[in-house]
Amino acid sequence: MKFSERWLREFVDPPISTGELVHQLTMAGLEVDSFTSLSDRFSKVIVGEIIGSARHPDAEKLVVCKVSNGHEELQVVCGAPNARAGIKVPFALVGARLGKEKIKKAKLRGVESFGMLCSERELGVSDFHEGLMELPFDAPVGEDIRDFLKLDDNIIDLDLTPNRSDCLGIVGLARETGLINKIDVSYPENRFVTPIVEDTFPIELGDPRTCPRFVSRVLRNININATTPLGMKEKLRRSGIRSIDPVVDVTNYVMLELNQPMHAYDLNQLKEKIVVRQSKKGEHIKLLNGDDVLLNEETLLITDGNGPIGIGGVMGGLTTSVTPNTKDILLESAWFLPSAIAGRARSYGLNSDAAHRFERGVDWQGQVSAMERATELLISIVGGEAGPLIDTRESEHLPGLEEIKLRASRVEKLLGVAIDDRTIEDILGRLGFGFRSSTAGNDTYWIVKAPSHRFDISIEADLIEEISRIYGYNSLPVRTPLASLKMRSNSESEIPLGRIRGQLVARGYQETINYSFVDPQLENLMDPEKKPLRLANPLSTDMSVMRTTLWTGLLKSLVYNLNRQHERVRLFEIGSRFGQVDDVAEASFKDILQERTVAGIACGSRYEENWASDRDVIDFYDVKGDVESILALNSADFEVVPATHPALQLGQAAEIRRGRELVGYLGLLDPRVQKALDIRNPVYLFELMVGPITNKVVAKIEPLSKFPEVRRDIAIIVDQSISAARVMKCVYSSTNDSLTNLKLFDVYQGKGIDPNRKSIALGLTFRHRSRTLTDEEITQCITNIVSSLKSELKASLRD
Amino acid sequence: MSEIDAITKIAQQAVENSNNIADLEALRVQYLGKKGELTALLRGLGALPSEDRPRAGAEINKAKSLIEDLIQARKEKFEAIALRDKMNAESIDVTLRGRHGDIGGLHPVTIVLERMEGFFRSVGYDVIEGPEIEDDYHNFEALNLPEHHPARAMHDTFYFNPNLLLRTHTSPAQVRTMESNDPPIKVICPGRCYRVDPPDPSHLPMFHQVEGLVVDSNISFADLKGTVIEFLRVFFENANLNVRFRPSYFPFTEPSAEVDVQCVHCLGKGCRVCSHTGWLEVMGSGMVHPKVLEYSGIDSEKYTGFAFGMGPDRLAMLRYGVDDLRHYLDNDLRFLEQFR
Repeated sequence: MKFSERWLREFVDPPISTGELVHQLTMAGLEVDSFTSLSDRFSKVIVGEIIGSARHPDAEKLVVCKVSNGHEELQVVCGAPNARAGIKVPFALVGARLGKEKIKKAKLRGVESFGMLCSERELGVSDFHEGLMELPFDAPVGEDIRDFLKLDDNIIDLDLTPNRSDCLGIVGLARETGLINKIDVSYPENRFVTPIVEDTFPIELGDPRTCPRFVSRVLRNININATTPLGMKEKLRRSGIRSIDPVVDVTNYVMLELNQPMHAYDLNQLKEKIVVRQSKKGEHIKLLNGDDVLLNEETLLITDGNGPIGIGGVMGGLTTSVTPNTKDILLESAWFLPSAIAGRARSYGLNSDAAHRFERGVDWQGQVSAMERATELLISIVGGEAGPLIDTRESEHLPGLEEIKLRASRVEKLLGVAIDDRTIEDILGRLGFGFRSSTAGNDTYWIVKAPSHRFDISIEADLIEEISRIYGYNSLPVRTPLASLKMRSNSESEIPLGRIRGQLVARGYQETINYSFVDPQLENLMDPEKKPLRLANPLSTDMSVMRTTLWTGLLKSLVYNLNRQHERVRLFEIGSRFGQVDDVAEASFKDILQERTVAGIACGSRYEENWASDRDVIDFYDVKGDVESILALNSADFEVVPATHPALQLGQAAEIRRGRELVGYLGLLDPRVQKALDIRNPVYLFELMVGPITNKVVAKIEPLSKFPEVRRDIAIIVDQSISAARVMKCVYSSTNDSLTNLKLFDVYQGKGIDPNRKSIALGLTFRHRSRTLTDEEITQCITNIVSSLKSELKASLRD
Repeated sequence: MSEIDAITKIAQQAVENSNNIADLEALRVQYLGKKGELTALLRGLGALPSEDRPRAGAEINKAKSLIEDLIQARKEKFEAIALRDKMNAESIDVTLRGRHGDIGGLHPVTIVLERMEGFFRSVGYDVIEGPEIEDDYHNFEALNLPEHHPARAMHDTFYFNPNLLLRTHTSPAQVRTMESNDPPIKVICPGRCYRVDPPDPSHLPMFHQVEGLVVDSNISFADLKGTVIEFLRVFFENANLNVRFRPSYFPFTEPSAEVDVQCVHCLGKGCRVCSHTGWLEVMGSGMVHPKVLEYSGIDSEKYTGFAFGMGPDRLAMLRYGVDDLRHYLDNDLRFLEQFR
């Protein structure tokens, strides 16, 4: 909310600088976003009067003006369409400064020009640049425009929290400023306009719960063509509102001053009576801004005999609005239940100053004084005869003044310090809160009534906040909380994620953070069968579905870096992936799988380019090694078995299992996906569920054997299709627990071996727990193993 | 000159003239070996008169050990030379890079989160991470943000359906904690949050939050101030960092406070980073609203609590001088690799 410091100071003028005022407001909870001076922009601009004007001899769009500066006439060439004799305009003299521009004597198409006539934008007072800024006829020629427009002012921009809508009006701000500085505020006088005519217009509260009060007044025979006084226009302008016509200007002015939005209808366009009611399905309305809006239900409407003439508290309709031909008007000053207005403007894509205020709430006692103030101001500008003020209300639906109990002991408990009773009472008094004090036991308490403009105060904690706010948050004590030194439990069977992160970093992976919502096309490449959760209101299509795998984001980040001359990339992420649901519209929280995983991607050469190692690109076993290094943090047995996955190439895809549980996938990106993403080198991916890889069994140590170990190596030849895992399994199952280590240390295919077969070399280590194994025993073990390998895997010994 | 002296002199000369360890070995055999010249003299002692023997024996032995020492010294010299030559031959360029020393790195937001968690764990807080997809009740209603509350406008929310959404803050994790635990409660809830904000230098539709919650029978605003000030000072490693509290409004706290920290760039003098105010807004905080406690079944007369919430993305910005939040999600390696 923007306001003029000068305007505020008309009501309350503490002896402090702008900087101090801004600091005070901020520290009282009315945060100042910024403040800017109005007058810094220019110098040497005066009120000038165009005495005569003639067409430029050589330029169709230029006018040669004779302009008076009060004591002489100067020739000025001007291109504005409204430049004409008889008007007064801002006149930048030779030597003036406008923003960064310096005004010099100039020749325009051969005609000399001494200075420049200005638009509002050139003065920096608004964005209006369609023509010269026209000043009132009584503007004193020659006066500095700064003095004339009272531009010695600052625009203060407040970022108000939703609870402090009482400060959306200058008077509310003045009240707050006054109580902070402990000085009186000169509120606008509450005058009553004496009715001249008896005309009224019937008002019916069709839904008194949401609109319990509608104050109205007829004003006849107004002169809509009168001009809004410059002072009022300036205040509107400095609050960010453009002048329209005197009636709209006055209603806006009263809204800015007293925080009561108002509306004016052309009385002669109203039919029968006004009924305030809820909308019905299918109704629509043409609004002031030209929008034709189809109304949904639960919208509060102002209607007359012809149908809707306004969305209550949001915006008026076009058909009954004030026009340049309007003679008689009906003024509205109503109170709406905030929850009946909240969100409505937004649901129609509208926003209005009225809606902004009504949805936060306005003082439910402010309607009459706003009406009187508006009538008084209007009559002084557009004349006319006022009818009686009609206050249509259903009091039982209006909020009341509630009594709230405030205990001194509770103040102390919540703030950590006892504030003495006198200070509390002083603050309550300054806030305008009514109270009476009492005691219960040793505790003082007060029964407090907040004034109607502070309807945000409803419980004891609200009062304590007010007390601490005025007392000053920074004057309250600071204490380091005391707590028992109870130790926190920390399960050893849970591997901390930090160790997994550390492991991946040590193996050359860079951690990334990727968006949880991704491009559905990319997601589809990962698994065409899956239906990822779709957002109802995504920012854009490429951020519209929840990832079902972290690979989607990692691939995007990979491509980003490959496109920036990184050839070797290793990335990982730890984050959540989300399950799919059949029907998003019906899904509830418990239907959604949210699962933490750790995923990685690798592409490019095995090692950073260097003098010592090969430049080969990575293969499956590099990334498998990375995965195994994470799994090795856990003593549990993990199994890697061939698998199929839509994003991985057949034959180089594996799943990782822990017992029966699927832990994750590992493999080579399907070449079709790789091609679709325009990636040159093969890409390897893995994704592991955090749960099963971090959950481990606490170590239990076996006694160390004192007896020597014996190693024997054998080489066997098996069919190509026999996997290493099968060979190992076969060895283990055909021997006893004296085999303490089994290493597969060579795989060979090629010369000397049947092309359909391969040679596998195994290193076997034997050791007994309680005695030395004899040669015969070991030979027997080897014999058993070889015979199992022969019978189960058709293996033969290689000589 | 005696025979001993003559032999010694020749031997000495021969050792000095030797060229390698093999020469020396030959000399050793020649003079000191079983059939060596001095050994022969020693054998010939028996031919001397008995009174002369001791003196002659001593002289021979003296000569023997002299030659032995000379050979040994010469040998050590040869060995030293051989070692030096070997080392010279094996010398390498130690400035060449070692093999496979490349490591990756952590994301800056993780670095900040880990530090924050460390501070709070050190004083007994638990770390709770709730779900990112939430229901309306936990994200809003239980936090005293009923439908149509104007404060909901500050939370531009991503929805799946009217009741299912991406959490706009990590407060729902606090609600879930209070639902399932009795006071005393002392937790922080870090995690991802989402709001409908197009990415720009100071906004991201996905960001992180760390919220803290302490509920006990004797928790006051003074404890909140103490905790927040201490955290900010240890985080920025500045024991004198100025911190101020400003009244504000959050539906779930009462009283509510915004926390500003003295600008860490200009130390309060005013600069571009702090928009020349000298202060940086770093978190929201307050005393837990009694309704919020009661929604979760906690007696608000008996217990009070404080809560705070801050953005690690923004703290990382301030700490590391990052000027554009979008860097965090671009994952440009040139950016990320600077956080080693």
